[in-house]
Amino acid sequence: MSETLVALYIFALACFIGYQVIWGVTPSLHTPLIALTNAISGIIIVGAILVTGSENTSATTQWIGFIAVTLASINIFGGYFVTHRMLSMFRKKK
Amino acid sequence: MSLGTDVLALAYLVSAALFILGLKGLTHPSSARRGNSFAISGMVIAVVATLLDGGIHSYGFIIAGIIIGGTIGTVIAMRIEMTAMPQLVALLHSFVGLAAVLVAIGTWLNRDAAGLLNPTLAAELAVGTFIGAVTFTGSLVAFGKLQGLVSGAPLSFSGQHLLNLLLGIAMVGCAIWFWSDYSATPLLLMTAIALLLGILLIIPIGGADMPVVVSMLNSYSGWAAAATGFTLQNNLLIITGALVGFSGAILSFIMCRAMNRSFFSVILGGFGAEESGDESISAAAAERGVKAAAVEDAAFFIENASKIIVIPGYGMAVAQAQHALKELMGVLEDKGITVVFAIHPVAGRMPGHMNVLLAESDIPYENVKEMEEVNPEFSTADVALVVGANDITNPAAKSDSSSPIYGMPILEVSKAAHVFVIKRSLKPGYSGIDNLLYYQDNCSLIFGDAKEMCEALFTELKGGH
Repeated sequence: MSETLVALYIFALACFIGYQVIWGVTPSLHTPLIALTNAISGIIIVGAILVTGSENTSATTQWIGFIAVTLASINIFGGYFVTHRMLSMFRKKK
Repeated sequence: MSLGTDVLALAYLVSAALFILGLKGLTHPSSARRGNSFAISGMVIAVVATLLDGGIHSYGFIIAGIIIGGTIGTVIAMRIEMTAMPQLVALLHSFVGLAAVLVAIGTWLNRDAAGLLNPTLAAELAVGTFIGAVTFTGSLVAFGKLQGLVSGAPLSFSGQHLLNLLLGIAMVGCAIWFWSDYSATPLLLMTAIALLLGILLIIPIGGADMPVVVSMLNSYSGWAAAATGFTLQNNLLIITGALVGFSGAILSFIMCRAMNRSFFSVILGGFGAEESGDESISAAAAERGVKAAAVEDAAFFIENASKIIVIPGYGMAVAQAQHALKELMGVLEDKGITVVFAIHPVAGRMPGHMNVLLAESDIPYENVKEMEEVNPEFSTADVALVVGANDITNPAAKSDSSSPIYGMPILEVSKAAHVFVIKRSLKPGYSGIDNLLYYQDNCSLIFGDAKEMCEALFTELKGGH
């Protein structure tokens, strides 16, 4: 099996997990859900790091990678922080 | 320092599991904060493992990017108003899109220099660039509409769909060209077309369809990450992208269902006209057989109620009336009156928008109920108080088969004994249609700003007796 096909297997199975997990999220937390998925889609930083730091990378590519790392970091920090802020507001009755 | 390939793969597996557990935490408010912590740990593990991997040879740019981006992100997240959440997420989606485009171009440059390009990779790069670019400009337009930088009105012109189709065909042409020779021209041309398409796809969609647009772009940003995962053969990116992509897709589906519209009709756009200008409020009301009530009248009915249901809408967010509502709730509960908040799935500008605003003003989540749960309760409520909501309370959705919103699930406000609607004027909601609720015998309108009227109600109820 080619590597691309393995990736396709993983992708398809992850879609099923996503489907199951997301339907379980309570509607009252849909805004935090979007903020949290926003933060975790910052995982693209892994791709940005690999582009920036790989061997024999040209200066142009390093700059491109640097911008990508910065953007992804804004997402990660901004997303998690704002999710945390929102979730700490959801309180039970005292 | 270098980790082995297997160690890195294991670290990624742990990260992916933590992301899934993080999302699962959002099943209930009590487990949600722990979920967020899981997701944060997943991210830390993934980033650290990648940095320690042998494939990384220079750290300067990476560390600088993380510090700069992290600072900007933290400052934005600390300062942002809760009412501005839709804009913030739209902006963050655009960053993921742009990052995906940059990673694709960077990967192409690296692999091209090393002579490692092949047809599969070229196809994956084409897909990644396309999704990323559409997400980037589409989200920027959505941000502009939500922030009020560009008009929220749908912008359509003749031949729009034909133009999109032609651009789409040109895109595919460039992708095939790139696939055959891996050269820069088709890749950049393709990126440019995709950037243009992102703009064209979002401008015809009206401001009030924003809950769907925000969810849809959330989904795109996930697919962009997944596509990047395919180009880099990185399973963590693929798994995470699929989770995020499905999350947005399911939210889009829920939003469309709550408006009884097909996803396709939202995409085609053109729904919802620009709000009309001012009119002589009370004169128009009398002419059309609508009863206007003073705050004192409403206070009288509310005071004698044993249960009241509050229906917040986008107008509450605009007027920042959530804190006034909390005060009002306090004084009512002191009098032994039950207060319930009823939330329609598409109230506000993004999924769950109202819940966050009510939580912000310290209203316990037990008092906030979703549509299916609260609808049977309206017949037992003495007073329903509508604050800045319109179409989601319109009985025409159930009774008038010629109405554009016919079939849309609504909050059955009209079943309450008395209905008071706080509204600035008789302007129709985003659908541009009249709300039949206002002509019912048990309904009265209180004309004024949502926040000022809630404060007036509070003063009246607190002062009396």
